[in-house]
Amino acid sequence: MVGSIAALGMGLAVIGAGIGIGNVGAKAMEAIARQPEAVGDIRANMILMAALVEGAALIAIIVSFLVA
Amino acid sequence: MTPALAQHHGNEDAAHETHSGQDDHHDVCGFHHDPAPGSEYDSKQTSFHHIADANVYSIGPIQIPLPVIVYAPGSGWDFFMSSKFHFETIGHGDGHHAYNRYVLQAGSIKRIPDPSFPSGDVQLDGFITKHEEKEGKEVTVSYACYDGHEYRLDAKSTADGGLFGGGITSFYDFSLTKNVVSMIIIFGLFFFVFRRITKAYKERDGMAPKGIQSFFEPIFLFIQDEVAKPFLGDKWEKYLPFIMSLFFFILGLNLWGQIPFFGGANVTGNLAVTLILAVFTFFVTNLSGKKHYWEHVLWMPGVPAGIKAVILTPVEILGLFIKPFTLMLRLFANITAGHIVVLSFVGLIFLFGKMGGSMGGSIGGVVISVPLTIFMMSIELLVAFIQAFVFAILAASYIGAAIEEEHH
Repeated sequence: MVGSIAALGMGLAVIGAGIGIGNVGAKAMEAIARQPEAVGDIRANMILMAALVEGAALIAIIVSFLVA
Repeated sequence: MTPALAQHHGNEDAAHETHSGQDDHHDVCGFHHDPAPGSEYDSKQTSFHHIADANVYSIGPIQIPLPVIVYAPGSGWDFFMSSKFHFETIGHGDGHHAYNRYVLQAGSIKRIPDPSFPSGDVQLDGFITKHEEKEGKEVTVSYACYDGHEYRLDAKSTADGGLFGGGITSFYDFSLTKNVVSMIIIFGLFFFVFRRITKAYKERDGMAPKGIQSFFEPIFLFIQDEVAKPFLGDKWEKYLPFIMSLFFFILGLNLWGQIPFFGGANVTGNLAVTLILAVFTFFVTNLSGKKHYWEHVLWMPGVPAGIKAVILTPVEILGLFIKPFTLMLRLFANITAGHIVVLSFVGLIFLFGKMGGSMGGSIGGVVISVPLTIFMMSIELLVAFIQAFVFAILAASYIGAAIEEEHH
């Protein structure tokens, strides 16, 4: 049952990352709607921020790999 | 437990008593790597086997031998081709011979540390896999059978700390493995392509790009204009070669690993590869750090000294290492997770079909698995570009922060 508990922990971590990336995406869409001419800059920064948020979830994946 | 499969060997020793006896089909010594029809499908082990590095290059079911360079303390260096192991050309990469106490099991080189095993070219009777209890965890240990005895095999030698069943073992494997060969192929391909493009720019100066040149120009310009120029400031030209090398190397290997039935080399999903890429970024960032950068890391101006000493400076110093660490993990986890999901979807066929025991289940598995796999492969194609882009943009932003000049 160790594996399934690790998977549960990973799922909890993904909730956090999901909320984070969702916020990044939502705000980026709003910003693009307000200022469509800045779409290039916003897109690059959106991907950068999403990648940084994702880092926390990735560490959870690695931990679940190691524990499982 | 069928009687035919439950036969035991005469030389059971104390170590075998901990054997859990779950996987009955593994109880017989032999080269029958594929489990018997009707047995339970182990999706985790199959996925981990296919994303791991191997000492053979497999195109579809065909196994191609690769050069082997191994070193073991005490017995020295060994150079030979992995065809010395006499593995089946169409099969699962189990070597029928041992060479200088090295064996090939499921495509990976393992070593027999037992000195009583004869050196040189030896024909084996087969392999046997057992599940043993070790420090409270269940581990899978392989044995080679020769002359009525079972010889314990060392795990394969990997640099990823044994995340996928390898680790630091009694020997060092410097072989040209599947991943190394893939890297050499991608390196050679890009060397050839970019030399041609450079030549085309010299010869066709001022004219519109043509052929392969017009394919790479938008990609190159995208990274230059969206990554290098905004993040690196005035000195972008100095760091452009590094950013471009990172981007194209990662992109090429991501896409190379996506080709179905063509080795599926999981190079950028190998922790050792992404570690080296991250270490390069760490050194380029910190060696080009200006006074402004180090001042903000070590003694942030405008913050009370107590807070700096207790929290800020330790956190900033930790941050120096966390940045490349997450770079390493991000690429590794994204590519590995993608490969595992694809393999799990393909594995649905074997799970529903009970390893060939149920034809109707197999057909049902195919109906579910094929659309899901195609969907996942399309996503992975996108991820291959995004991860290469993200690695480049993060490396550029770290370097950009380090070379930033003071502007008050």
